Amino acid sequence: MADRGLQREAAPPSDAPAERAYEPVIGLEIHVQLATRTKMFCGCELSFGEEPNTRTCPVCLGLPGTLPVTNAEAVHFGLMIGMALGCEPAPRSIFHRKNYFYPDLPKGYQISQYDIPLARDGRLGDIRIHRVHLEEDAAKLVHAGASGRIHGAEASAVDFNRGGTPLVEIVTEPDVRSAAQAAEWLRLLRVTLRQLGVSDVNMDEGSLRCDANVSIRPLGETTLGTKTELKNMNSFRFLERGVNAEIARQEGLMREGAVVSQETLHFDPRTGALSPLRSKEEAHDYRYFPEPDLVPVAPTEAMLERARSALPELPAQRAERLEGDLGLGADTAKLLAFRTGLGDFFEAAVATDGAADARAIANWVVGELVANIGDADPADTKVEPASLARLVAMVGEGAVAGSAAKEVMATLVAEGGDPAEIVEAKGLGAAGADELAGIVAQAMVEQADAVEKIRAGNEKAIGAVMGVVMRETKGRADGAEVQRLIRERL
Amino acid sequence: MSGDLIDLTAAQAGERVRAGELSASELFEAWRERAAADSLNAYRWVADAPPPETDAGAPLAGVPLAIKDLFCTEGVPSAAGSRILEGYRPPYTATAVERLAAAGAPMLGKTNMDEFAMGSSNENSGFGPVKNPWDESRVPGGSSGGSAAAVAAGLAPWAIGTDTGGSIRQPAALCGIVGLKPTYGAVSRYGMIAFASSLDQAGPLTRDVTDCALLFRHMVGRDPLDSTSTGLPDEVLLPAAERLDGLRFGVPPELTRGGVDPGVGAVFEQSLRLIEELGGTLEEVSLPHSDQAISAYYVIAPAEASANLARFDGVRYGLRAEAGDLGSMYEQTREQGFGDEVKRRIMLGTYALSSGYYDAYYGRAQRVRTKIAEDFRSAFERVDLIVTPTSPTVAFGLGERTDDPLAMYLSDFCTVPMPLAGIPAISIPGGFGEHDLPVGIQLAGPAFSENRILEAAHALEGAIGFDGSPARG
Repeated sequence: MADRGLQREAAPPSDAPAERAYEPVIGLEIHVQLATRTKMFCGCELSFGEEPNTRTCPVCLGLPGTLPVTNAEAVHFGLMIGMALGCEPAPRSIFHRKNYFYPDLPKGYQISQYDIPLARDGRLGDIRIHRVHLEEDAAKLVHAGASGRIHGAEASAVDFNRGGTPLVEIVTEPDVRSAAQAAEWLRLLRVTLRQLGVSDVNMDEGSLRCDANVSIRPLGETTLGTKTELKNMNSFRFLERGVNAEIARQEGLMREGAVVSQETLHFDPRTGALSPLRSKEEAHDYRYFPEPDLVPVAPTEAMLERARSALPELPAQRAERLEGDLGLGADTAKLLAFRTGLGDFFEAAVATDGAADARAIANWVVGELVANIGDADPADTKVEPASLARLVAMVGEGAVAGSAAKEVMATLVAEGGDPAEIVEAKGLGAAGADELAGIVAQAMVEQADAVEKIRAGNEKAIGAVMGVVMRETKGRADGAEVQRLIRERL
Repeated sequence: MSGDLIDLTAAQAGERVRAGELSASELFEAWRERAAADSLNAYRWVADAPPPETDAGAPLAGVPLAIKDLFCTEGVPSAAGSRILEGYRPPYTATAVERLAAAGAPMLGKTNMDEFAMGSSNENSGFGPVKNPWDESRVPGGSSGGSAAAVAAGLAPWAIGTDTGGSIRQPAALCGIVGLKPTYGAVSRYGMIAFASSLDQAGPLTRDVTDCALLFRHMVGRDPLDSTSTGLPDEVLLPAAERLDGLRFGVPPELTRGGVDPGVGAVFEQSLRLIEELGGTLEEVSLPHSDQAISAYYVIAPAEASANLARFDGVRYGLRAEAGDLGSMYEQTREQGFGDEVKRRIMLGTYALSSGYYDAYYGRAQRVRTKIAEDFRSAFERVDLIVTPTSPTVAFGLGERTDDPLAMYLSDFCTVPMPLAGIPAISIPGGFGEHDLPVGIQLAGPAFSENRILEAAHALEGAIGFDGSPARG
């Protein structure tokens, strides 16, 4: 499969059983572009698709004599991220210079945090966070020519608009055990960062970028195998596919008795191929040393408090609260917590006077409401939380049957309004007992054959009788009640 | 007319402008003519006209300023002595230069220097060495050699330079003028083309201590564009002291004995006697780690330089070699653009930071640096100032040390410890040593003690009575 072109070392004599089971060990490195007003070390505003090289100044162009100055808002956002991920902020973190030559790096070094990051040792969901640190983004290279890469390009141009954009790098511990888990966790991270309001977290546009360190080991082994690094998988799907492809490649190598060599790989989502990444990522000695142009980041108690108080309730916490306090199912709680707009709508509905049971409301929100609005935010549709609460209450009271209520729901989303008035106007109120009894009796006559079958023990035949009742009542009847009435008359 | 003007110190000329006895443009033109007639290779660029408006009431009253080519000046060539930046005109001006211009010191010209401030003789300039006005077969010192020679030769009323390991004080000493290296952080580094960021500091080169204080007063200040700048806690005062009563002077044997030429030693001894005559007391203080200062300096400064100079890669500005691919373009640009000493230091610094060597070199050098700072701290618990020769020798001959980098590095052994500790030091002319060439006396004090240093230097200067001018052609 995808391992052509990869250099393999000579296979040692194999004593591994061919069908041995392997366990993937995955760690993620995530780069988040911060949505600060200005760049990490200068006063240029961040760029959103402006003409190339219009958001630059002597500092972010690396002109001789210029000096960086740390962006206080980036530190604030970084602290918020650190705290949201349960990390301990360092009392004093420092910037280093990471030295390498590349045209997208105007100073010949990237300013990044190294041995003392802004924050470390946290957790999000079931994955531990190793560290959270601040750095600056590189500029963007555009290559003319068929290769699309710098090697073999006819010409290359540099757009420095992106250069110096503040980045937070989040590094997890190698706690992830499958590609699917990696993608799911990254979704949790993204919704968490979005909730913080510190980044656009858009994978297509590169404001959220994910690299994965992948190794495998025989199941039961505790030492780590040799890892490879998969670069820049720019969607959840590509992350999952890339990691799966790499796990399969490594398993293939090991089953053949070959050795995984440490390298950086590029995943091509079109072909599914993994190829070694050349250029600046070749084995490097970055010669890190403390950046003498900057003073350490030493957050004051006021800065820490400001970051702490800026933290909203985070999706993971919200899911726990919805599950624990309101008794929602885990999946429902997660869906409401991860889709912030949906969660907000749900909580507003529950808070309505005389609202029905939270679980019933939750089921209607994640069921019928989502079926009607898709991925849209309910706040952008016509339905009000109070209307939904009212409708669910009416169903609970038996004032409207479930199937009719679905029709009311569709009307609420499309047109808004009061559920009781909609029921009234469309004649969707639950059929009264006498009326229903008459309709059931008539249906049993009409479906005499089916009635005989039911009597003979064919339970499924009850559907034909119910179908008639529902047709006659236009869905205004409660299914359970209809069944009861049929059985009563058998 | 111009002869009279040239004999005035900058402060005196400024007084005349303020008194209405002299126009700022007349003053500028007189100095511009002098600078344009430079035969020492002290200047790289001279203004061709006075600036459009000069406020005679400004504190520096329009007295023009020579500026080391390390400072970026908007639209004006700023090459830092390097071929790799030949013709480069920055789009902005260094903070220190801007402040001085705002205080009324317009730019007279840009002065020659050792390439990227790496050198002690000015022979490392990409544009030819500067000659010492006292003896044109000798070096002016470095790296601010152009600024020092221009002031000494009457080609500029005053100048600014930068000091990393002695680059203001040593050329000031070799040219018989005053040079101050301020406390690290007192003056903004923004717009100074970086050599070694944790050591570089801008300061004045002037004819006398009063000019030095006046110019320094308008350079200092915290700059939001330089995170490491602090400014000074107190205003810089114009010194008036004529006595040294009650001041304790420390004499460190490590920086005053071995390696100091006899003629320099004699001038130094004479200065110590003058200090006592003026009421100061002398005390021996030890700076035990000084002998390791040069070694530490030649690890730390090249390490920082190796990163600071990485930006000269041919991609955006300066020289670009035509080459087939990116790697060759980098290599050939830097091969052609940098001189030997710069390459040597980039290699030294790259090596010192390499994986596996970092702790043995850079890490150890930083620990030595800490020890040196501690040496000074404990010395300043006992004394107010430390006095040493500035340079162990007088100006040496052009070409004399170019084949022996280590001998050249040792030129700085009296001046290197102070920037490693971040503390201020001044060099003032103390008299004449070998070959009747000027000898500098260095006074160092604790961080932010510039006023104390300037007062003491002023008193000592008065007692020395240095007749400070080579024949001015």
